[in-house]
Amino acid sequence: MFAFILARLLQSVPVLLAVAFISYGMFAFVGDPVTAMLGQDFTAAERQAMIHQLGLDQPFYLQYLHFLWNVLHGDFGLSYRLARPVGELIAERLPATMELAVSAAVLSLLIGVPLGVFTGINRNSALARGLMTLSLIGVSLPTFLIGILLILVFAVLLGWLPSFGRGDVVHFSHWSTGLLTSSGRRALILPAITLGMFQMTLILRLVRSEMLEVMRSDHIKFARARGLSEHAIHFHHALSNTLIPVITIVGLQLGMLIAFSIVTETVFQWPGMGLLLVQSIGVADIPVMSTYLLLIAVVFVVINLVVDLLYFAVDPRLRSQGGR
Amino acid sequence: MALLDVIDLVVEFPTRRGTLRALDGISFSIEPGEILGVVGESGAGKSLTGSAIIGLLEPPGRVASGQIQFEGSRIDRLSPAQMRPIRGRQIGAIFQDPLTTLDPLMSVGRQLVETMQTHLKLSDRDARARAVQWLEEVGIPAAAERVEAYPHQFSGGMRQRVVIALALCAEPKLVIADEPTTALDVSIQSQIISLLKRLTESHGTSVMLVTHDMGVIAETCDRVAVMYAGRIAEIGPVADVVRTPSHPYTEGLMGSIPSLEARVERLRQIDGAMPRLGAIPQGCAFNPRCGRTIARCFTHRPDLMPAGATQAACWLVGGGAA
Ligand SMILES: Nc1ncnc2c1ncn2[C@@H]1O[C@H](COP(=O)(O)OP(=O)(O)OP(=O)(O)O)[C@@H](O)[C@H]1O
Ligand code: SF4
Ligand SMILES: [Mg+2]
Repeated sequence: MFAFILARLLQSVPVLLAVAFISYGMFAFVGDPVTAMLGQDFTAAERQAMIHQLGLDQPFYLQYLHFLWNVLHGDFGLSYRLARPVGELIAERLPATMELAVSAAVLSLLIGVPLGVFTGINRNSALARGLMTLSLIGVSLPTFLIGILLILVFAVLLGWLPSFGRGDVVHFSHWSTGLLTSSGRRALILPAITLGMFQMTLILRLVRSEMLEVMRSDHIKFARARGLSEHAIHFHHALSNTLIPVITIVGLQLGMLIAFSIVTETVFQWPGMGLLLVQSIGVADIPVMSTYLLLIAVVFVVINLVVDLLYFAVDPRLRSQGGR
Repeated sequence: MALLDVIDLVVEFPTRRGTLRALDGISFSIEPGEILGVVGESGAGKSLTGSAIIGLLEPPGRVASGQIQFEGSRIDRLSPAQMRPIRGRQIGAIFQDPLTTLDPLMSVGRQLVETMQTHLKLSDRDARARAVQWLEEVGIPAAAERVEAYPHQFSGGMRQRVVIALALCAEPKLVIADEPTTALDVSIQSQIISLLKRLTESHGTSVMLVTHDMGVIAETCDRVAVMYAGRIAEIGPVADVVRTPSHPYTEGLMGSIPSLEARVERLRQIDGAMPRLGAIPQGCAFNPRCGRTIARCFTHRPDLMPAGATQAACWLVGGGAA
């Protein structure tokens, strides 16, 4: 088990190095960092000094190693736009994005899985058919449109929920959360629904088709032939056998939620990393963009590892092999 | 009173191009403690008969007419909720492929406990103890340790033993075993059959044993039903059907058995193929392949008629073309 985790972590090292390389490439070759740092007026000497200070006069591989070294020490450079350490900026924004993404994921699981089971079992009922049709809308409507529609109905017309921002937040050293204040919770609802809508319908459809598949299998027929209750058949034997593909997709989707919260954060002016990224792209704030890229890569590596560990928890066949 | 009575059973599949009649007027019965063998070519309707009895026909398949009586009362019109206490508790089932019939994510012990507790009032401790007993009884070595093991940790033969334990653990009065050894290695097939025979004998369980293996039929069964194209061609005591078959199709099947000991001998290939469901000829369904046809065979369909100790659906028996 431990060996497996270690092997997986080692496997992800080349991936991270490659992403770091791209992210460094952005840093070094996209735009002109020297001009960006110095502004409009500078002398040739100042420019030379800055090039030296940034290490741009060194050989390429040394620059890359230097970049890696800095990253490993938590030094991601200065934001051109805000002239503050990027690490700090991201750390400020991370809690807002994580809170939004995790809420959206939990919401989509809590709704998507039961509805998937329901539509899978009662395939021909009118309600199940209606849900499937609705889910098509969820899959095909673009996120920004869902967000705008929700704002229109619940914020503008009904006035029940705020249309932007994160409400009041409570700080704990490096973390901040809006879950502990009522305005924070109210502010979270619409963005979480918007962000989670696609995932929810995706999970619903996935669980449904997996349920249909499993319900046809021999072991379910044998469970029926033994007279087990519908409840035992659906939940002890069928649902558990749909979990492997569901875990795979949900894991990937959580990564997507974090990476692509950009649109939702923009629509709701949510003060997270996505909004930071959009603002940074607008002025080509490369250090922020490359750090964001690195962070997303790390998020995916971690999620993949967790997914693999969940496989072990769910499937005894993998457990006894001790890893594939 | 017979334990199971199947009376004129018709099973149909509605399709876009009309209704397919997969079972066409099947009648037979099984006495308490009796083992009825069922043989016939692929597609003859053996598995469908079993599925109809335990009420697990896959939609759109349905019992169109006829009756299935268990201990004298009809079970073919019961709701799923009424049928559930019968499945497993009164009528058990063993399927063909032990590699796929067990839930891969649940330990064999839990599957046994779950099945027993569904039907019998047992505490967790008693159910567990019985699960170990059952594994011992079906010949799993070190049963007490392996009760927590998962299906993939057993070989195919051992898994089929677990399946047998699962089918019998709620002590049903009838077990439908649909080709329980076809998927297994030849070397262990006879072990599984003799285990099944020993266990059902000691519990007084009746068995409907579907197989392609005439050797198994001859050694294991009391009576045998020969199926052809959704109907029973011949049914009777094993010795009579094997030694003095009355139906030309049965004769063809038996022609290949050199002796009753030859266990690996499969059904002999008879020239031609069984007709597809949509294309069953008028008169006797066997007429395209039969070497002894008379005029009547092409116009009228024969029903089961007494033929010595057996019954056969052939115009040559029971008064011929009368
Ligand atoms: N879902 C279905 N739709 C239409 N026809 C079906 C369906 N299921 C079974 N049949 C037909 O019913 C007939 C009997 O099938 P069955 O599975 O009982 O055969 P069998 O005697 O068990 O054969 P085998 O020895 O191959 O197991 C076959 O001709 C098959 O084509
Ligand atoms: S009824 Fe006729 S065709 Fe059918 S088996 Fe008998 S002799 Fe052959
Ligand atoms: Mg079959």
